[in-house]
Amino acid sequence: MTERVAATPGIYPLPDWAKGTLSDLKGHQKGDLLSGDEGEEIAGTYDEVRAEFVDDQLEAGLDRVVEGQGRWDDMMAHPLTVHDGVETGGIVRYYDNNNFYRDPRVVDDLGFSGDVAGELESARALLAEAGSDGAPLAATLPGPYSLAALATDEHYGDDDEFQAGIAEFLAGEVEAFPAHETLFLLEPSLVTDPPADGTEERATGAIATVADATDADVVVQTFYGALDEKLYAHLVDEADADALGLDLVAGDREDTVYNVQEYGSTDSVALGLVDGQNTLVEEPETVAERVEWFEGQVPTADFGTTYLTPNTELFYLPENKYRAKLSALAAATEVLA
Amino acid sequence: MVRNPSANREQFRPTDHPNDAFLLTTVVGSYPKPKWLNRADELVEDPDSKFDEADLAEAHDDACRLITHEHERAGLDTVVDGEMRRNEMVEFFAERIDGYEFNGPVKVWGHNYFDKPSVVEEVSYNEPWLVDEFDFTSNVAERPVKVPITGPYTLGFWAFNEAYPSTEELVYDLADLVNEEVEKLVEAGARYVQIDEPALATTPEDHAIVGEALDRIVSGIDEEVRIGLHVCYGDYSRVYPEINDYPIDEFDVELCNGDYEQIPTFTEPTFEPDLALGVVDAHTAEIEPVEEIKANIRQGLRVVPPEKLTISPDCGLKLLPREVAYGKTENMVTAVREVEAEIDAGEIDLDAPLADD
Repeated sequence: MTERVAATPGIYPLPDWAKGTLSDLKGHQKGDLLSGDEGEEIAGTYDEVRAEFVDDQLEAGLDRVVEGQGRWDDMMAHPLTVHDGVETGGIVRYYDNNNFYRDPRVVDDLGFSGDVAGELESARALLAEAGSDGAPLAATLPGPYSLAALATDEHYGDDDEFQAGIAEFLAGEVEAFPAHETLFLLEPSLVTDPPADGTEERATGAIATVADATDADVVVQTFYGALDEKLYAHLVDEADADALGLDLVAGDREDTVYNVQEYGSTDSVALGLVDGQNTLVEEPETVAERVEWFEGQVPTADFGTTYLTPNTELFYLPENKYRAKLSALAAATEVLA
Repeated sequence: MVRNPSANREQFRPTDHPNDAFLLTTVVGSYPKPKWLNRADELVEDPDSKFDEADLAEAHDDACRLITHEHERAGLDTVVDGEMRRNEMVEFFAERIDGYEFNGPVKVWGHNYFDKPSVVEEVSYNEPWLVDEFDFTSNVAERPVKVPITGPYTLGFWAFNEAYPSTEELVYDLADLVNEEVEKLVEAGARYVQIDEPALATTPEDHAIVGEALDRIVSGIDEEVRIGLHVCYGDYSRVYPEINDYPIDEFDVELCNGDYEQIPTFTEPTFEPDLALGVVDAHTAEIEPVEEIKANIRQGLRVVPPEKLTISPDCGLKLLPREVAYGKTENMVTAVREVEAEIDAGEIDLDAPLADD
């Protein structure tokens, strides 16, 4: 019997009050963005934001709670842009979106940071305070392939070493995380900018390095469309993921189903079911139908777990719609129960 | 296929133009708002203030008059009101087009947000969007007034699409509305319209959608009306030579920012519309000296002859301090008039415009 779990990979939009407060405290320019050593007032504001994110998820009834990543000014590039071995360069485009982040120029060894672990400790404390049973913590990190793709190497000097350096850095961060039930590794670059023919194993090996650093279930969330079939097969076999996350919103979902039919799947699966980049809020019944449609198309007898997720991060949305999307996912698991 | 720019260019030559050569000078549109106007925008939101919508309308009129005259004082051949009434290039139009709704701000980068609207039903045309502001500006202006309009591709792709099966279909519906608006502007006397499509720079592979939208926009628009297209901050090699097929009179580009590295892109095959070349950087606070701007203008002559060259800043100047925006505009016009005189005197080799005379 497949367990259905409503969860998100995080990177939420700041509440509107915090958009104003933080831009007043920090400023609007490139040099004003977070460097990881923010003062008390800014840190206090982020504490409030985090508490609100946790409440939002508990109220919606999600089965996993993420920290929400309100501090991630540079979205998925955050773990690097606050790192001591990284200098931030110009503002560059974030995938195919009207969004931008600071180019992380890696200029030194990527040693241990602990920035994300600190956030997770705080989120864990909030969950303990709320006394929430059954909604354990989920951690979020960029996957090593995408993080390397988002960054500029000015230190390692070789693609193999850079990729390995990033993977080892992320694995070290994961080892410092407090107990978590699930780890989401976000890997959109596998779709948008897949590894060249013959270099798939470098990418999957890097992901496995990070995945192996935790006992939690690891979801490798791919998005912005369907995976190339050969890469899909590599990921199933080599990435050590408990679940591959597949985007059923963007791109051709028939391609995704074909991949699963042809090459099998991880024991569990994460389905990107609600559109993280559109304000149209899906009905829970629609989300549930998409789950049943997918499960009905593929030969696998039973997935251990099917994660019901948005296809992307949710920061693209205004705050009212982001909350509505959380509720739609949670309600869909009720429809399926 | 390109329109007929030579049919509409001469109407913008001022009667007292000092040179035979005529490089049309213009601006992209936005200009720094006077500080008091920003204060007025805030004041009208303040429930404790007596300052109301009518007061704000008066403030907008005053600001438009001021900036239109500031453009004329700088010597521009064609002027804009500096978009004093507009807040943001998508929001302003989405507020005027039926079918859009607003849910709140979304992040662009860092702590920069915009009120990205959602299209929740079929878009439709209700009241004219810009005719009143055009009437006002053309009444206070001595020079011809250019009207910038955010293009349908940007209005479509920089919104959330809840209502249409594909955003492409939304873009075509929006293009029909823009066409209706351009017709009304032309009836009101407008002869120079610029379609702004910054979103094309982010997804240049969609150039055919923009082309189809432009076909709809110019449908029934007489050739005496000059239609420009402004696209900024992108890799032009991904839309060139395709833009040669667009039904436009003029293609307006931002190249000063990139130090003209992309100019060779436009030299082969032959550039068909008129070229509107950015010659001052919209994002540096230093006023370029006249000599430097003259060298920039010569870059344009590598692509088109003088009678097909229009000169403008790279992009809207609204993020600059106002005195810097004015200084850049004034120096730009001075540089243009000097280059024209040098062309008249045969001092510039039009076959090798970068060569020293």
